[in-house]
Amino acid sequence: MNKISLLLFLFTISFSQAKQIEVCNTCEISTIKKAIELAENGDEIFIKKGVYKENDIEVNKEITIYGEEGTILDGTNNGSVLHVTANNFAIKNIKIINVGVSYTKDFAAIKVVRCENFTIENVVLDQIFFGILIEKSHYGKILNNTLSSTAKDEANSGNGIHIWHSSNMEVEGNEVFGMRDGIYFEFVTESKIHNNLSHDNIRYGLHFMFSNNDTYYNNEFKNNGAGVAVMFSKFITMYQNKFLHNWGSASYGLLLKEIYDTQIYNNLFQENTIGIKGEGCTRINYKNNTFLRNGWAIKIAGACYTNIFENNDFMHNSLDLAYNTKVNDNRFENNYWSEYTGYDLDNDGIGDVPYRPVKLFSYVVNKTPEALVLLRSLFVDIINFSEKVSPVFTPNDLMDKNPKMKKNNDSI
Amino acid sequence: MLKILKYSFYDLMRSRWSYVYFLFYLLLGFVLLFLNNDVNKAVITLMNIIIVLTPLIGTIFGVMYYYNSKEFTELLLAQPINRKKIFMGQYVGISLSLTLSLVLGLGIPFILYGLFKSTAIFNFTLLLIVGSFLNFIFVALSYNIALSTENKIKGFGYAILMWLFLAVIYDGVFLISLVMFDEYPLDKFSLIATMLNPIDLSRILILLKLDISALLGYTGAVFRKFFGTNFGMLISMSILVLWVIFPIFRMNRKLKRKDF
Repeated sequence: MNKISLLLFLFTISFSQAKQIEVCNTCEISTIKKAIELAENGDEIFIKKGVYKENDIEVNKEITIYGEEGTILDGTNNGSVLHVTANNFAIKNIKIINVGVSYTKDFAAIKVVRCENFTIENVVLDQIFFGILIEKSHYGKILNNTLSSTAKDEANSGNGIHIWHSSNMEVEGNEVFGMRDGIYFEFVTESKIHNNLSHDNIRYGLHFMFSNNDTYYNNEFKNNGAGVAVMFSKFITMYQNKFLHNWGSASYGLLLKEIYDTQIYNNLFQENTIGIKGEGCTRINYKNNTFLRNGWAIKIAGACYTNIFENNDFMHNSLDLAYNTKVNDNRFENNYWSEYTGYDLDNDGIGDVPYRPVKLFSYVVNKTPEALVLLRSLFVDIINFSEKVSPVFTPNDLMDKNPKMKKNNDSI
Repeated sequence: MLKILKYSFYDLMRSRWSYVYFLFYLLLGFVLLFLNNDVNKAVITLMNIIIVLTPLIGTIFGVMYYYNSKEFTELLLAQPINRKKIFMGQYVGISLSLTLSLVLGLGIPFILYGLFKSTAIFNFTLLLIVGSFLNFIFVALSYNIALSTENKIKGFGYAILMWLFLAVIYDGVFLISLVMFDEYPLDKFSLIATMLNPIDLSRILILLKLDISALLGYTGAVFRKFFGTNFGMLISMSILVLWVIFPIFRMNRKLKRKDF
């Protein structure tokens, strides 16, 4: 009994010892570095509003750093700003600006190395090189931050949220724009990325490689230089994302390269040059996606096996499908095609005539890309029509045997 | 010339066919906009129709008018009026009345459906300009054919053949040569080949404005670089003008020597 009360006593003491350190320009403690020096594990540092010109601040204690409206950390274009190497920390309500640009070092507004259980919340980053750079860390939350910069070209710009070799991360509600890659993942597993908005980045809105078992949902990727690229990953789930307006001569809504065992459903692909480009993808289920007014809805390059396209809506795309390889065992089933002209005599909602998504023209374009200048010419319409009536060139086995008469989703 | 122009113009304005043509475009515009309320999308559909139909109607109208008014023209020729003025008057009269049908027929529904509030206004204007150019070009071409052919049936045949060639066969040959010479750099070739056909040139001009350019990949980059700039626009417009001037020039030369 005594022992327990002693323990309780000690516990309350240790708890009450968690103190708050205030930092302001006119206070006794006027720099963040000084505050961290004075702090102990479990303490809070409150940064009052004002501009703090500090860079390379080492955060090596388990503390909470938070500010209020108008708290600005100015990195003065010189190196990183916050460099965290402690577990159980939190950074909240701060604005960080002017991170230095380097061609050899990854300067970041917030750099997190080998940490666990941390939260970065409501942070605004502007004019940054890398935004939030996380290495070898686990169980982190990155919530409701705004990251932006004015990247001009790929060589001298950094990524917004860059996570490397980590696991169990949650990236939620962030807005990233004007960076090189909006969100970049490499070797990140068991993580969730949701409700983010990544737009107007010069390369990819989302870019991930070697990142298995991750889930992406409710995100919006818009107006990015090359759209979204996912490569060399397994067991990915992507749903209810929006891929919009990724328009350019080398842009994709979603680029899949060497992806295995993945579920892609309920997404919207609108006005992208290529909705989905697949290369070396195996065992992927595409269900209930909407492809609206893309150049190509889907372009399959090669080595794709067991891809199943089910209940998708293909509407008003310039070309629905391009295949420059064998069909293999990929399957199209129960999709809605806006260009389908068949009939449904038994009124079961499924067309009685199979639909062939590859038109003769898209077959020709695949062989001779220059031929695309003839798009929408009368001649092309005529050959497409004659090919539709009696298929000669287009692959025989590539068809949707049960096309839907009405669209499957009302996502738009 | 102005008097003859005025006469031809009023004559055509009174004719049933002008009204049919005008009503056709009016109906087309309304139906398109009724089916989908999006002005932007309607412009794309309209392009498909305009680049095929305007040349066809221009060709047929030109030939028909020439042969139908031949007797009256001969009467006029007996008067002390310059030949050039008579025919130029007729030519401009037809082209203008067709253009008026096109612009009014499509303009009215689009304006009613809020064109001025939409971002498509530039594309739509371009579409109308290109359509008008196609009218002028194909009426001139058909007048050339009619002047060179005494036989009415033959004249019609040649005119339709000319339309068929430029609208369909040309693209076929173009496509085949692209596929055949796959291994060579084809971007310059396709650029020039497009320039040489007014229908293709109009199509590409509109397509690039409608942002399909990104689909074209590398070729698209060449095309966009050329057509996308003001300079390229100027050049393609001047080529369209040349396509009007050259047939007119030939028409006048033919006229000087022709024995009516």
